[in-house]
Amino acid sequence: MALSIVHRATGVALYFGTLLLAWWLIAAASGPGAYANVQAFTGSFIGRLIVFGYTWALMHHLLSGLRHLVWDLGYGFKAHEREALTWGALIGGISLTILVWIVAYMTIGGGR
Amino acid sequence: MNAPKPSMRTPLARVRALGSSHSGTSDFWRQRLTAVAMTLLIVPVIVVVLMLLGSNQAGAKQIFSSVPIAIIMLLFILASAWHMKIGMQVVIEDYVHNEKIKLASVMANNFFCIAVALASIYAILKMSSGV
Repeated sequence: MALSIVHRATGVALYFGTLLLAWWLIAAASGPGAYANVQAFTGSFIGRLIVFGYTWALMHHLLSGLRHLVWDLGYGFKAHEREALTWGALIGGISLTILVWIVAYMTIGGGR
Repeated sequence: MNAPKPSMRTPLARVRALGSSHSGTSDFWRQRLTAVAMTLLIVPVIVVVLMLLGSNQAGAKQIFSSVPIAIIMLLFILASAWHMKIGMQVVIEDYVHNEKIKLASVMANNFFCIAVALASIYAILKMSSGV
């Protein structure tokens, strides 16, 4: 499995994704006009796609990182354990992303 | 790195195990420290983000006026900025082999992480103090 590089790639994506988070927070602190701009962007197709990708990168990096913490502690080095951890991170990351988006759509009432 | 203190240890003993970064495993440790911190914070952070999604700017300000919410977000931003600074430095050191470009990249990485962290922290403090 080539998931090591995916961990790194999602990390780099999250790194630049913080710009969106910072923009959102600054806009919220600035005023209604600035906040409406962010909402217009995150509400657009491209914006939704980026935020969806960001959610997946975060969830995958989180689970993949937990896998590294397990290895740091000296567990999970047997072949089937490594496979299980890797598949767990991959499938778990996708599942958590979808779960978060379902909850998000339920929260904001089926899309803004 | 702390200034060398008077010591009976030989110069060799002092530098041993510190590696080429001269600071030993401190980045390795902090990377794990911030990772565990964010793992503990991720559920409350997602809840806060979901609360913010459904609200307008006035509502967002209202949400950040809550002290626990502001503190949770501040902790998460601090941990993530530190984590991504270390992570990006590892990536730079792995792929950039020209010494000058490497130095410039590491410096730019520090600027980026500090700027993003400070901007986010300022925004949260501004909202939570109701200005």
